[in-house]
Amino acid sequence: MSKTLVLRGPADRWSVRIQPAVLWVCLGLAGLLCLSALVSLSLGTYPTTVPQIIQALSGSEDLSGIRLILLEIRLPRILMAILAGGALGLAGLLLQGLVQNPLASPDVVGITSGASAAAVFTLWITGSAGGTPLLVPAAIGGALVVTVLLVMLSWRGGVSPTRLVLIGVGLAAGLSAVTTLILVVSPDATAMSAYIWLTGSLYAARWNDVFGLAPVVMGGLAVAIAVARHLDLHALGTDLALALGSSVNRQRLVHLLLAVLLAGGAVAYAGALGFIGLLAPHMARRIIRTGHVGLTVISALLGCLILLWADLAGRVMFIPRDLPAGLFVAGVGAPFFVFLLYRLRRQS
Amino acid sequence: MLMTRSTRAAGLLGGIAIAAAALFASLMFGHIPVSVADLYRSVVAYNPGDLEQLVIRSERLPRTLIALAVGAGLAVAGVLMQALTRNPLASPGILGINAGALFLVVVGASLFGLTAPTQLIWLAFAGSGLAAMLVYFLGHEPGRGISPIRTVLAGVALTALFMSFSQGLLILNQERFESMLFWIAGSVSGRSLEAVAPLLPLIAGGLVFSLLLGRQLNLLGLDDEVTQGLGLNVAQIRLLTGLMVIVLAGTSVAIAGMIGFVGLIVPHIARGLLGTDHRWLIPGAAVIGGALLMGSDTLARLLIPPREVPIGVVTALMGTPLFLHLARRVGQSS
Repeated sequence: MSKTLVLRGPADRWSVRIQPAVLWVCLGLAGLLCLSALVSLSLGTYPTTVPQIIQALSGSEDLSGIRLILLEIRLPRILMAILAGGALGLAGLLLQGLVQNPLASPDVVGITSGASAAAVFTLWITGSAGGTPLLVPAAIGGALVVTVLLVMLSWRGGVSPTRLVLIGVGLAAGLSAVTTLILVVSPDATAMSAYIWLTGSLYAARWNDVFGLAPVVMGGLAVAIAVARHLDLHALGTDLALALGSSVNRQRLVHLLLAVLLAGGAVAYAGALGFIGLLAPHMARRIIRTGHVGLTVISALLGCLILLWADLAGRVMFIPRDLPAGLFVAGVGAPFFVFLLYRLRRQS
Repeated sequence: MLMTRSTRAAGLLGGIAIAAAALFASLMFGHIPVSVADLYRSVVAYNPGDLEQLVIRSERLPRTLIALAVGAGLAVAGVLMQALTRNPLASPGILGINAGALFLVVVGASLFGLTAPTQLIWLAFAGSGLAAMLVYFLGHEPGRGISPIRTVLAGVALTALFMSFSQGLLILNQERFESMLFWIAGSVSGRSLEAVAPLLPLIAGGLVFSLLLGRQLNLLGLDDEVTQGLGLNVAQIRLLTGLMVIVLAGTSVAIAGMIGFVGLIVPHIARGLLGTDHRWLIPGAAVIGGALLMGSDTLARLLIPPREVPIGVVTALMGTPLFLHLARRVGQSS
């Protein structure tokens, strides 16, 4: 038995168990994330070098132009990519643990579609081409309503994972029709900006958005780590989890609400990004086999990395065009989903 | 459910009557009001100088006929797919066949500037064929046949894949955004009859050939051993059925873009009315599908004048509740 690190809260209300190996993986990924952020900070339409960045950030007067680009344009965008990616990775892990189905993710079960439909509806009602302060509550509200609907429709004396996924697929299809309907009836300028927002783009990220999303993601991550041990139990199956003393239904509710909050928040700020919630948890499971504390942190970090790189690709690959990060995520994520189905086929 | 031959024939006639009513409504109602006399004159003594007659002949007639053909094509494709996969949730829209066709059509339209449906049709066939092969490959469990839930998930994944690539191409070509958006949402308008006329025989041929397959399709519902014992070449029938799905769905997408849920709803309505015998089911589905799409198109025109709702949105809003109902049932049994 290898050494493990255990943190316990008062009266065992929460406990976190970490293996040193997992800790090293987390630190390695965090280092990689910092490095990627630095690379992303230095690349763009206006190329800058690392020494220039250090000089500009340390307050050199003759580099104030670069300073402006870095602090007001690139940095908020990078932080937004990290936050939204992390939130989606985490939401995906929670949902997959919840429904015991490796194919579940916020976009497959329709949570993202609900948030998108509500957000596009808000854009249409307020008639604005850009953001409005109502967008965030609307998106989270939409995600919540769809989730409630999802659970209600798939409830037949308990939620069967298969049924949940099928119902979610149906809801996602219906909601995307609603979104298209709103796009068609709204004026062209709103429609185009809403459409770009729908594919998942970070180009309009500002500091306000970063400060808005950061508490949601940080809080979500903390709670997710604290309740991660229940996911370990649920992975053993409902009966065994109940026998081992997990309040299965209450914990499922907590996980579901957490996933909705994280996914809804990420969609509200960064648009309907698909596939991160699917990709990140799977990659995490390849790195470490079990232990949901480690999986939670690693999924979040991988989500950050995926979105950061996708956004960087969208920003620098087709200069002067700034393509939505969602395209690159989907371009990698969809083939991966197909591969996953293929592997599942081989297993059974 | 109508069981005897004569009641089934009556049911089919009723369906034809409804389709005729939908055809009439589709020609009559719209932004510009026309009278029955205008409609009559536009058929027997067409005068292009008259605005009402011009609207009927050049604007409403093409889309009505397109709606009829596409509706019938998608509905029969749905029947064939449900028989082929033994899955009540199967339809060209849900299993990604339409998205595959759309993707290659968008590639042709945005990268190579192709616009004529006769050129796009081959791309649509290639796309729907590719998607069909992928979905079959992914949904098929060795030794256990085709798993319903897995096929649906594979379809969802493929749809997401094809749609995200199509969206990427759209955003790169923002000049043509509006027309392309209408295509993604599905539309039977904005096409002249001359442009799509070469494709209509493909749909007609597909429908007739599917009808000829009816007896064999009835046997596909049995176990493979039984079917083989009865002397049917199962693999050959499956292949032919799959080809018909590709022809019908691919042609429909090349004409009208992504119109979802027709292939899902109509087979269920037709089965409820006419039973499970494919020799009745296929003509019934064709008639009801045509009626449904002509009706939806009329509705799409009238909902928010002077703008139009994409017809795919109308069918999706009608189809989602049915899908949810069926999903509850399928989830229950598996």
